[in-house]
Amino acid sequence: MEETKKMTRQEKKALKERLKHLKSGKLEKRDGRMGYLFMIPWFIGVAVFLAYPLGTSFWYALNNIRLTPQGLLSTFVGKGNFSNILVQDPDFVVELVDYVTSTILSVPIIVVFALIIAMMLNMKIKGKSFFRLIFFLPVIIVSGPILGMLTEEGAGSISAIDMNAITSAISGVLPKMLADPISDLFNNMITTLWYSGVQILIFLSGLQKIDKSMYEAAKIDGGSGWECFWKITLPNIKPLILLNVVYTVIFISSTSQNPIIGLIQTSMFSGTKEKGYGYAAAMAWLYTVVVILIVGLFALLLMTRKGAYEKQVKRAKKAKKQEARNRKKIERRNVRNAKRIERQRAQGKITSRTTSREDY
Amino acid sequence: MGTKDKEGFLKLFMVYALLICIGFIYLYPILHMVSVSFMTLDDLLDSSIKWIPSSFNLANYKQAAASMDFWSSLGQSILLAGIPTICNLISCSIIGYGLARFNFPGKSICMGVIILSYVLPSQVTMIPTYVLYSNLGILNTIWAFILPAMFGQGINAPIFILIFWQFFRQIPKVLNEAAKIDGAGYFESFYKVSLPSAKPAFITVALFSFVWYWNEAYLTSLYVHGFTGEGMTSLVIQLQNFATNYNSYASTAVSGAASLNESINMAGTMLSILPLLLLYFVLQKQFVESIDRAGITGE
Repeated sequence: MEETKKMTRQEKKALKERLKHLKSGKLEKRDGRMGYLFMIPWFIGVAVFLAYPLGTSFWYALNNIRLTPQGLLSTFVGKGNFSNILVQDPDFVVELVDYVTSTILSVPIIVVFALIIAMMLNMKIKGKSFFRLIFFLPVIIVSGPILGMLTEEGAGSISAIDMNAITSAISGVLPKMLADPISDLFNNMITTLWYSGVQILIFLSGLQKIDKSMYEAAKIDGGSGWECFWKITLPNIKPLILLNVVYTVIFISSTSQNPIIGLIQTSMFSGTKEKGYGYAAAMAWLYTVVVILIVGLFALLLMTRKGAYEKQVKRAKKAKKQEARNRKKIERRNVRNAKRIERQRAQGKITSRTTSREDY
Repeated sequence: MGTKDKEGFLKLFMVYALLICIGFIYLYPILHMVSVSFMTLDDLLDSSIKWIPSSFNLANYKQAAASMDFWSSLGQSILLAGIPTICNLISCSIIGYGLARFNFPGKSICMGVIILSYVLPSQVTMIPTYVLYSNLGILNTIWAFILPAMFGQGINAPIFILIFWQFFRQIPKVLNEAAKIDGAGYFESFYKVSLPSAKPAFITVALFSFVWYWNEAYLTSLYVHGFTGEGMTSLVIQLQNFATNYNSYASTAVSGAASLNESINMAGTMLSILPLLLLYFVLQKQFVESIDRAGITGE
C-alpha cells in the first residue's frame, strides 16, 4: 500500500518534469507568431520613432551641433552641455525648480479635487448629466494657447475673490520658497482646476463600479459616512488614484504652457555658438529624468502605503491574537489556582467549601 | 433593503451649493470670454459695464476672423486632427488586438515599452525626430503627423493602445474560436468578429484623438507649421500667433481695423474653440460616457 502510493507520487513528479520540458503545441506556436504579425506596425514605429530618436538624442546631448550648409557638424564635448546648462544657464535651473515645486503641489490638489467632485456627482442628485457636462468641458478646450490667452486677460482667476489678500496672507506665514508657488497656485486657481476633467471621469466610472451592497453592509454594522469613505471607497479606487496622478503629471509636463518646454525649443533654434541641437537635447534629457523621478516618487508614495482596509484587518488580527493570549493566560492561572486550592485542601488548611468559592 | 436611502436635507443642500459654485468657477472663464468678446471699446472702458455689453456687437468677431483667416484655418485644423485620428484608429486597434489576443514571447516587454513611451516627454525625442523628418522631406507637411500615427506612435498613442487592449481582452475569446472553427483566418476573425464589437472603444479613441490633435500647439508648430510658418496652420496655432497676425492685419489700410484690444483677443479665443464646443454639444453623450464604456477603469 505504502509502496504504490510512493510510486504514483514519483510518477507524478516525473510527469510534471516532462511537462515542463514539453514544447507548446503547433497551434499555440502559430498563434504566437500571428501575434508578432499584428504587432509589426508597432515594432516599426518603436524602432523608427522611439528607439532611433532616443539613441540619437543621447548622442546629440554629448555633442555640440552646428547647422552648416554642408549639414550637421558635430564635435564631441562629453558632459560639456550638461555642465553648461547646470552652471551657466540663467533660466533652466530656476525654471526646473519652479516646475518641480509647482507640480508636486498642484498634482495632489488636482487629484483630490477631482475625487471630491466625482463623489458628489456619484450621489443621488438631480441634473447629474448637466453637471457632468460642465465638469468635462475643460477637456475639450484646454490647450496651451487658449490657457495662455485666458490668463493673460485675467480670466484665469476670479476677480470677485480678492486674491491679493490671500497671497499676502500666505507670504506672511510661509517662507518665500514655499509661499511663491502656493500664491501662484491661487492666482491660477481656475486653470489648475481645469486640468481635472479627465480625472473626474475616471474616478466617476470607478466609483460606479463599487458594489452598493458593501455600503449597505457597512451601514448595518453602524459605519458612518466618513468611515465608509476611508474603508470602502478609498481602497476600491486606489489603483485609479495612481492612474490619475500619473496622467496629471504627464499632462502638466507636456502642455505648451510649461516654460521649460519653451526654453528647450528656443535653445534648439538659437544661433549662439554653444547652444543648438546638442544643448537642447541635453536639456531635454535633464527634463526627462526629472519628470520620470516625479512620476516614480508619486508611484512609490502610492504603492507602498497599505490601504486603510488592510491596515484595519491587520490591527484586528493583532487584537485577536492578543485576546487569545490573554484568554490562555487566564485559563492557565485558573488551572494553577485550582491546583493550589486542591493542594491546600488536601493538606487540610481549608476545610469549608465556601471559602474556596468566595470569588464566585 | 427595500427602503429608499434618504440623504439629509442639509447635506443635499451643501452638495448642490458646492456643485453650483464650483460649476460657476469652471464656467467663469468661458462666460467672461463670451461677454467680453461682444463688447465695444467704449464698453470695455466703462466701469459700470461688467457682464452684459451695451449692444450685441459682432465687429470683434469679424476682425478676429479676418486676421486669423478663419475658414482656411478651420479646414486645415480639421485635416490636421482628422487624418492622424483615422491612422491612430487603424494602427492602435491592430496593435491592441495583437496584445490582447496572442501570447507571444516578449509581450510583457512590449507593454513595458508602451508605458515607458507614455511617461517619456516628447521633448527628448523631438530634436532627432525633427532632423529625421527634414531628411525624409516631410517636415512642414501633414505627413509629419500621419507617419507616426500609422505606426502607433502618434500623440498619446500609448493610451489608445491600452484602451483597445483593455477592450479586446473583455470580448470573450470563444467568439474568435468559433470563427476559427467556421474557417475564418486570423485577419478575418479580427475584422469580422472583434472589430464590430469594439465600437465603444473606437468612439472613445476617435473623440480623444481628435481633441488632442486639435489642441496640440507645440508639436504642430514645430513639425507642421514650421518655424517661419511655411507649412500648414491650425486655429490653435493662429491663436498662438494672434497678436502678430492681428497687428500685421490691422496695419494694412484696407482693413480699417481697430488696434488690438481685449475684446478682439477674446473673440479670437472664442473662434478657435467654437468648433470643438459645437462638437462637444452635439456629441456630449459620447464624450461623457466614453471613459465609462472604454473600460479604462476595469481591471
